[in-house]
Amino acid sequence: MSILINSETTFIVQGITGREAVNLTRENLDYGAKIVGGVTPGRAGRDVYGVQVYDCVRDITAKTRVDGSVVCVPPRFTRDAVFEALENGIKLIVVVTERIPRKQVAQMVELANLRGARIIGPNCLGIISPGEAKMGGVGGPAANTKTAYTKGSIGIMSRSGGMTTEIASTLTAAGMGQSTAVSIGGDAIIGTSYAELMPLFEADPQTQAIAIYSEPGGRMEAELAEWTQENNSRLPIVAFMAGRFMDEMPGMRFGHAGTIVEGKADTTAEKIKRMTEAGIAVAERISDIPKMLQERIGEAK
Amino acid sequence: MNVHEYQAKALLREYGVPVPAGALATTPAEAEDAARGLAGDVVVVKAQVHAGGRGKAGGIKLAKSANEAKHVASEILGMTLRSHQTGPEGKVVRKVYVEAGSEIESELYLAVVLDRSTEKLAIIASTEGGMDIEEVAERSPEKILTVPVDPNVGLAAYQVRQIGFSLGFDMDRIAKLDPFLQALMRLFVEKDASLVEINPLVVTKSGDLIALDAKLNFDDNALYRHPEVVELRDPEEEDPREREAREIDLAYVGLDGNIGCMVNGAGLAMATLDVINVCGGNPANFLDAGGGADKDKVRDAFKLILLDPKVKAILVNIFGGIVRCDLIAEGVVAAASELGLEVPLVVRLQGNSAAEGRAILADSGLNITPVETLREAGEAAVAAAGGTGR
Repeated sequence: MSILINSETTFIVQGITGREAVNLTRENLDYGAKIVGGVTPGRAGRDVYGVQVYDCVRDITAKTRVDGSVVCVPPRFTRDAVFEALENGIKLIVVVTERIPRKQVAQMVELANLRGARIIGPNCLGIISPGEAKMGGVGGPAANTKTAYTKGSIGIMSRSGGMTTEIASTLTAAGMGQSTAVSIGGDAIIGTSYAELMPLFEADPQTQAIAIYSEPGGRMEAELAEWTQENNSRLPIVAFMAGRFMDEMPGMRFGHAGTIVEGKADTTAEKIKRMTEAGIAVAERISDIPKMLQERIGEAK
Repeated sequence: MNVHEYQAKALLREYGVPVPAGALATTPAEAEDAARGLAGDVVVVKAQVHAGGRGKAGGIKLAKSANEAKHVASEILGMTLRSHQTGPEGKVVRKVYVEAGSEIESELYLAVVLDRSTEKLAIIASTEGGMDIEEVAERSPEKILTVPVDPNVGLAAYQVRQIGFSLGFDMDRIAKLDPFLQALMRLFVEKDASLVEINPLVVTKSGDLIALDAKLNFDDNALYRHPEVVELRDPEEEDPREREAREIDLAYVGLDGNIGCMVNGAGLAMATLDVINVCGGNPANFLDAGGGADKDKVRDAFKLILLDPKVKAILVNIFGGIVRCDLIAEGVVAAASELGLEVPLVVRLQGNSAAEGRAILADSGLNITPVETLREAGEAAVAAAGGTGR
C-alpha cells in the first residue's frame, strides 16, 4: 500500500502556469503522477506538458475524479485557492507556497477540518510513495528522485523538504526503501502534524517503521510522543533532531518560521527528553538512522 | 517584526485601548519637557529597546519631578541595557518614553496570540500580571486561562465573560473588559499581528482598565498588506547583516563563530550548524539560500558571508533537489573571482546535477576541499578555519 497517495491518485495543480509549478508538473509527470488538469484563472485553453489548463477548479471536478490538489500560487492568493479546492470537494491539498500570512493559514486549516479534508503544508515539498507517485516538488527531477527514493517499508515525516530527501537517500543507500515520505512543512501553523499522520502509517501494512526529521519550536514532537504512548503504536520510530545549537537562543528564528523557540518545551533538549521517554529513539547523526531503524525493527518482530 | 513600546501604545490608542499619557524623548531636555506636560505627581521613564526585562536591567525608573525626569533620562539614554533577551552584548538605549504614573490596584495579564498547536487564535489571561508569563506557566499553570477563538468566527461575548470571571471581575468590570478585549482583537486581526501582549494590564484605584505595558509583534508574512507597519521598523535594532539579507531575500542569522555557512534548505542549514558544533567549530552564520537558489543568489550569499570579518573558512553544503548543483558551482566560481575570495572553501554537493557541479569546481583552480558526507564537511570546515575561533 503506502499512505495518502498511490499510482491511482488523481490530482490537479493550482497556479500551474507559474515557473515553479511548471517544473513541478514536469517532475511529477515524469515520475508517473496522474495530473488531470491545472488551474490558472484567465489562462484556460493552454497546456503545460500536455496537462490542460482551466480557469476554475470546478471546470475539472465537474468532469473527472480529483483526489488532490497541489497549490502553488503566490502567498496573497493561496487562501483563496485552497478555499476553491475545498469547496469543490477536494480532500487532499498540498500547499507548497511559503510566507502565507499565518492567520490565513489558520483559516484554511479550519475550513479543511470542517470539510473533512487534509492539508499538507504550507511551505512543504509534498508527498511521495516511491514507485507509485509523487505529488509536489519532493526529490526534484524524476531521475534524482528515483536515485534517492526506493520502495520499501519505512515511513518518513519531515518538517524540512530538503531533509525528507536527505533521509530517504541515506535509507536507500543502506538498502532500506520507503513506503511514503511526507514533507509536512516548516511553518508554525501547518495542516497535518506527525501525530495526525501516525494513524495512517499505523494502518498501512507496508510500513514497518518511521523516520522523522524534527527541529526546535512548537509541540509537534511532544504530541507525537503522546500519540505513540496512548495508542501503543506498533511502529518503531527514529527521530533526527536538528538545531540543537539553538537551545540557548530563545526567540530566534532560523529559516523555517516554525523553529522559533517560545518556551522551554520548544527546545531540542526538552523534545529529545519527551520522545525518549515515549520510546522514540533520537539519532545524533543522519547516517545513524538506518542502523537504529534496523535494530528496532528486529526487536519488534 | 517587533516595534517599540511607544509605537505599540500609539497603535493601541488608535484602536481605543486605554493607555497612560506619554511622550517620546531622545535627550534629557526633551524628557524634562515631556514630564512637565504630564499630569500627576510621578512619571515613569522607560528605555525603548526591542527587549523585555528592561525593569530589572535598570531601563525603567520613576521620577517625582520634571527635573528628576531629566536626571533619570540622562542615566538611561546611552546606557547599554543587558537583559536575558538582549544577549550578552546588550542594546544601546537611544530613546526613552516618558509616561504618567498610574494608581495601581492590581496587575493582570492579557495577550492575543495565534496558537500553533490548535491552529486558532487564542486569548491568554492570568491574574499574575507584571511577571514573565513563561515563569507563571511553569510554576502555576492553573493561573493561566487560554480561550481559543475561531479565526472564521471571532470573539464572542460569552468568551469575554469567561475571561472576565477568571480574572475575578464582576459584571460591571466585565462591561469595561469587553470593549478592551474587542479592541485588542480588532488590532490583532486588522494589522496581522502575531502577538498583542498587555503585561501588566492594570486595574486602577478608580476601577479603570489600562494597558501599562504593551508588546506587539507583526506577522512578517503579512507585512505586504501593511506599509504603515513596515514604517515602524527601527533599523538601529537590527543586525546590519540581517538587514542586508532581507533586502536580497535570503534567510540569514548572524552568529559569533568563524565558519561561514551557505546551505540550501533551512533543515539542512540547521543540521550543518549542529555538525560544525559537534566537530568543535563555531559557525559565523545561519544562511538558507532557499529552494530556488541560482547563480546570482549564490553570489549575493557569498558577499553577505564575507561582510563578516571573522569568517576564516566557508562551508557550502548543497543537497540538490529543485536546486541544481551545477548552477550553484557556477555561482561559487563567479563569486570567488569577483570578490577575490581569500578564505578556503569546503564544498559538499549532492543530488541534482552534483557530478557536473563538482567538475566545474575542480576545473576552477580555486582553493576548494570537496567532501561527500555531512560529517566530513564539518571536520574539513573546522580544520580549514584553523580551530574553534573563540
